[in-house]
Amino acid sequence: MPRLKSVEELESLRAELRAARDPKRPCLTVCAGSGCTAAGAHDVLAGLRRALAKHGLQDAIDVKSTGCHGFCERGPLMIVWPEGTFYNQVTANDAAAIVASVSNGHVPVEKLLYRDPVSGKRVIREEEVPFYARQQRVLFGNNGRIDPKDIKDYLHVGGYAALARVLSTMSPEQIVDAVTRSGLRGRGGAGFPTGLKWKLCRENPAPRYLICNGDEGDPGAFMDRSLLEGNPHSVAEGMIIGAFALGVQEAYVYVRAEYPLACEHLRAAIDQAEEYGLLGDDILGTGMKLRIHLVKGAGAFVCGEETALIASLEGRVGEPHPRPPYPAQKGLWGRPTVINNVKTWASVPVIINWGPDWYAGIGTEKSKGTMVFSLVGKINNTGLVEVPMGITLREMIYDIGGGIPGGKALKAIQIGGPSGGCIPADLIDLPIDYERLTEAGSMMGSGGMVVMDETTCMVDIARYFMEFLEDESCGQCFPCRKGTQRMRQILTRICAGNGTEDDLLLLEDLGWLMKQASLCALGQTAANPVLTTLRYFRDEYLAHIRERRCPAKVCRELIFYEIEPTLCDGCHACVRVCAGDAILGEKEAIHTIDRAKCTRCGACLEVCQPRAVRAGTGELVCRN
Amino acid sequence: MPKLTINGIEVLVEKGVTVLEAARFLGIPIPTLCHDDGLAPASACRLCVVEVRRGLEGRSKLLAACSLPAEDEMVVHTNSARVQRARQLLIELYVATCPSSKRIQDLASAYGVHECRYEAEHEDCIQCGLCVRMCEQQMMAGAIGFAGRGANRRVSRPFDMTDKRCRQCGACLYICPVCELRCAGPAAEATLCNGCLNFAPVCFQSYDDAMCFLDPCHACELAGPLRPDVKIKTRARATVLSGEKQ
Repeated sequence: MPRLKSVEELESLRAELRAARDPKRPCLTVCAGSGCTAAGAHDVLAGLRRALAKHGLQDAIDVKSTGCHGFCERGPLMIVWPEGTFYNQVTANDAAAIVASVSNGHVPVEKLLYRDPVSGKRVIREEEVPFYARQQRVLFGNNGRIDPKDIKDYLHVGGYAALARVLSTMSPEQIVDAVTRSGLRGRGGAGFPTGLKWKLCRENPAPRYLICNGDEGDPGAFMDRSLLEGNPHSVAEGMIIGAFALGVQEAYVYVRAEYPLACEHLRAAIDQAEEYGLLGDDILGTGMKLRIHLVKGAGAFVCGEETALIASLEGRVGEPHPRPPYPAQKGLWGRPTVINNVKTWASVPVIINWGPDWYAGIGTEKSKGTMVFSLVGKINNTGLVEVPMGITLREMIYDIGGGIPGGKALKAIQIGGPSGGCIPADLIDLPIDYERLTEAGSMMGSGGMVVMDETTCMVDIARYFMEFLEDESCGQCFPCRKGTQRMRQILTRICAGNGTEDDLLLLEDLGWLMKQASLCALGQTAANPVLTTLRYFRDEYLAHIRERRCPAKVCRELIFYEIEPTLCDGCHACVRVCAGDAILGEKEAIHTIDRAKCTRCGACLEVCQPRAVRAGTGELVCRN
Repeated sequence: MPKLTINGIEVLVEKGVTVLEAARFLGIPIPTLCHDDGLAPASACRLCVVEVRRGLEGRSKLLAACSLPAEDEMVVHTNSARVQRARQLLIELYVATCPSSKRIQDLASAYGVHECRYEAEHEDCIQCGLCVRMCEQQMMAGAIGFAGRGANRRVSRPFDMTDKRCRQCGACLYICPVCELRCAGPAAEATLCNGCLNFAPVCFQSYDDAMCFLDPCHACELAGPLRPDVKIKTRARATVLSGEKQ
């Protein structure tokens, strides 16, 4: 492919591509994101190709692997085009049936269609699935349509049109102005207005640099990974537009090494963009130069912090340094640098294509556009969700997420990664935007959303997150290093029933100190899980301390297991799984648990068919 | 030349001067553990946090004075209630980490930390990084550095072997803020130095006419005036206590 030398050549290539493709030609697209790949998407792809070859249809029907659709709970997912028939939980064995249905006039394969759990009806198209119905997929919409490794697919759906428009009709100032007017705020968590950041950077002298932050480290969050895997060109296009607006010639993408597929797809995208003349010297014949370098991180959570990321990029230890100076003044190699999240960059072409006013029309007064959340935990529909800002948690959990499995009650929602806060079920009508979440003691963060039901112990959760943060704190500044360690010690003590009420005061003091005096955002937000659980679930802490009781029956030191004699049928299943030989009783006779030997692993509870094994908590717990 | 306000005093400083330098120029004390004038600031100990507001509006923040360049319209408070609380909580954490250090015990007395609610850890090193910076920036050796992350972070030599760049100059020992041990007074050692409040301050009596080889402990200094029977002889103590002693 010769390099494109002008905007006109790009548009004529797009027209050519569109003319060459028959819109009526059947195409089977299989999601090959990390989630579906783990569920066996590649077997499905191979199965489909085999089935097509068997029927001699390989030239009549296309098979394509695409990026993540978001509905990871139901993977592997696939769509049959042009009808848009949506199949879920496909296996390689279903390939023959799918190929047969496509060649026989597109009668949908009934058993692979999504079944609405409420009405029990089968749904044919993706948009009709309740999980997708409330979403507004501005960034992720194309993920299920294009092959991420083929630039032609991206061009076919209108890719690089924003770049062409920018290069031919807009000045750098107009771009910054458009981004400012759109109200786009940083999607990495802090929510700093992107337009303002660009403007501040432009005030400083060249050479300037540009960085895409793809160091997504929150447990349970995978938005950036899916975007880089499923639509890497949209990120690259955003970066090229940003580079034009900021007069940048060198840009960097920092991705975790734990995301091999994202790295591979992004590398392929950069290579293809260079080949097509959309990157490199003389982009589309305008004389603009830009190189995008891909840099892999080494797995430190703190490197998601912008100054630590820059240090890591420069080859130094990934530790944050104090701001000011901000990266926009003094960043990479001491030069003005704009650093934005993957989703922020991918939003830029959308704003240019659809106009800043359209974008500003989505969302709330201060938070504009859409936000991508990874909805995980105790929820029926696990997956990636892209919603307009301002949607309430209720819509998120019950309409999109499909509620809590097993009919259990919602207890709390943890938003914004490990250093976000736990929002209680009472606040379920809280609209999701930057300000409201901060008021509630949580934060937008990068968009992790962990749903917890009544079987979750909030003290135990706080301890878990504190363990994570203690491990991931860089250790450079004292309040964060020692604060996380001390907090974890105190929480472990409380979980073991050895806490005192003074410990709660100490936790609050420590939390305040970390928030006020830590060097970087990691330390400043690390206390959030503890402070919010203390604020909303204080009674649970008090139950652990005063009554030595774990209301959710999670903390091992505070629970016991017992067998209800009227229910026990003497099947011996519990005796077989008990590792500590703590269950007494002959076969066919009623069993009992020796509490002195019981390690409270809960294995007996899981295997007991008549549900005779029960967990209890309270005074009966013997002190060890 | 940036013009800023520190504790209500307007001051003009040269560009690039930090808030810590400006405050010290005015004679306003700001405690530090990881700062040395000859070394690049690390803002690791966070003891030098001050409350900073830009202009008359906007929210104030606690920022480390040692690495904060003075800017126009900055309004700095070095001893507000918020700063005091942060300092006291920090010192309490420091005492628990390294209760054997005289410097930290002195800070505790000076800033009114009267209890330590944590179990003492005796970790000793507070990872201020002064030794590492001294070795690298003043001795031009770079023979020691930090290894590990978070709870496992420690000052270390490469591969735990003495590097040939180490000239054994001892500068790292010289600059360590916590190496000097606290006074082993007559009371049983508690996490927080009790200033021998219930006893006659040891060094005062043992070295009746001689110069004490230790700097007086801050806690003892505070205890001193409470004990009119104690004679204070050395010059250092006399200057410190000249205000109260007539």
